[in-house]
Amino acid sequence: MISRQEVEHVARLARLRFEEDELTRLQPELGRIIDYVRQLAELDLSGLEPTSHAVPLKNVLRADEPVPGLSQEEATGNGPDVERGQFVVPRIA
Amino acid sequence: MSAGPADPGRARGAGVGGGAGRDGWEAVIGLEIHVQLSTRTKMFCGCEVTFGEPPNTHVCPVCLGHPGVLPVTNEKAVEYATRIALALDCRIAKRTIFHRKNYFYPDLPKAYQISQYDLPLGVGGHLDVERDDGSILRVGITRVHLEEDAGKLVHAGGASGRIDGADYSLVDFNRGGTPLVEIVSEPDISTPDEARACVMQLRNLVEQLGVSDVNMEEGSLRCDANVSVRRPGDPFGTKTELKNMNSFRFLQRGLEAEIERQIAALESGERIVQETVHFDPATGTVSTLRSKEEAHDYRYFPEPDLPPIELADAFVERVRASLPELPAARKERLMAQYGLSSKEAGLLAANKPLGDYFEGLAAAAGDVRTSANWVLGDFSAHLNAAGLEVAQSPVTVDRLAELLGLVSRGTLSGKMAKEVFEAMAGTGKPAGEIVAEKGLGQISDAGELEAIVVRLVAANPGPAEEFRRGRERVLGFFVGQVMKETRGQANPQLVNELLRRHLGGPGG
Repeated sequence: MISRQEVEHVARLARLRFEEDELTRLQPELGRIIDYVRQLAELDLSGLEPTSHAVPLKNVLRADEPVPGLSQEEATGNGPDVERGQFVVPRIA
Repeated sequence: MSAGPADPGRARGAGVGGGAGRDGWEAVIGLEIHVQLSTRTKMFCGCEVTFGEPPNTHVCPVCLGHPGVLPVTNEKAVEYATRIALALDCRIAKRTIFHRKNYFYPDLPKAYQISQYDLPLGVGGHLDVERDDGSILRVGITRVHLEEDAGKLVHAGGASGRIDGADYSLVDFNRGGTPLVEIVSEPDISTPDEARACVMQLRNLVEQLGVSDVNMEEGSLRCDANVSVRRPGDPFGTKTELKNMNSFRFLQRGLEAEIERQIAALESGERIVQETVHFDPATGTVSTLRSKEEAHDYRYFPEPDLPPIELADAFVERVRASLPELPAARKERLMAQYGLSSKEAGLLAANKPLGDYFEGLAAAAGDVRTSANWVLGDFSAHLNAAGLEVAQSPVTVDRLAELLGLVSRGTLSGKMAKEVFEAMAGTGKPAGEIVAEKGLGQISDAGELEAIVVRLVAANPGPAEEFRRGRERVLGFFVGQVMKETRGQANPQLVNELLRRHLGGPGG
């Protein structure tokens, strides 16, 4: 079972802020999800290498050759606030 | 629910005292060094790596972290990282993979940095560092791994341009995605001096590998340090992470300030909190940035978009064979081949251009001892005084060889040569021209000197007779007379020979 403290910690890492009643609801919900996934732990995986990639590919490399990217206008065009070609972000606390 | 702000970092100033390593305390220091690779393009996309360009002009959907894009690894960056790992005597992983390091910061558009975690490219190396007293400190290298750089933040508004007073920040992603090699050392370092020597040595090494500009001021070499203090013999104390010291001087001063802060805190009964500490060169103080506990929960997981890299033995051996002679090997060779002292060889090996200069001069001038004395003496002093790199000096190898030739042929005395050298360094003119202009140059023309000697012997029959009867020191009188006539420019050895011949030896 996931602890209240763990729920708060994960929320903080995700920059999510919850009200008390939301935390009370989320704790058992998250616990049930974790228990469901935990079924995998019942499998005997001894002697197996951990899988990092599901696709049998390796060494996909690119030559060190420049290719054109975006213009400054294109790059910043979707930014909600732009100043002198740079993205404006709120004050960093 | 709503998005909340990051936990505010606790800013706390701390005074600096004198030097580090106060009575009964020792510091334990490990380094994390980031080297920006000098590839043409970024780590995972084809944008050019640039410096000082207008903001957001070398960016693309990959390095801006747009949805649905695929990173592809730059093969040159893998080769460069392998060079660094091999030069540090690391074991190269047969199979290496990338991980996502998750955290939120506005300079990181994907909200994760592609880095490496438990399968880094290289592990278990070492670097031999020469301390100021010439002794060697072997610093273990825990790991060498590849990752991508973040973008650049400019804090706007407020009074200081610093993060705490800023109203908002501006983000430029030109640097985002630049290939970085992170080098992590073991905590084998005990003083700020050793830390500085270690980073300098590492900089020289990486520079010689030709894989980075290694410029601390421009940020292509960046250094963080993990620092703790303890009573000798005690287990490790709690460490803090001292961030981004962008010059050798700041590295040293930052470490001194942080060590002093920790000792003062412990002595007054406080606990050290594991956190990130920022050195402010303007005030010479350190302050804490943000809670490390939170910041270090990075939830690494394998980067699914980048297939593993398996480095074939043949590739690794090809890279190993392409390495230039490294400082440690060069030092050994300079001692064996030229009979230089450990100190001389160390100085020449640590500075590749200076070492090349010496070897070029020794070959051109033919005299190893004299070449070493000049390169480490007058030539190095001239570079230091003028603030020049070897390649910027007007006194090229060929020109210094010409000067040494004038000395070995007897045209110039050692003392005159120093005078000519200074003029060469100051004016950029070759030695011959300066000798001609100044009317310098020893008279080594036997005919010219012989005429003077004959005349002086004839004019001083008394002293000449005394010499013939065995008063050896009368020779000095005649040498003095010749020097007076030639304004000190006669070749002393030749004068001696000619005088003896014309005076006739004692009893002769």
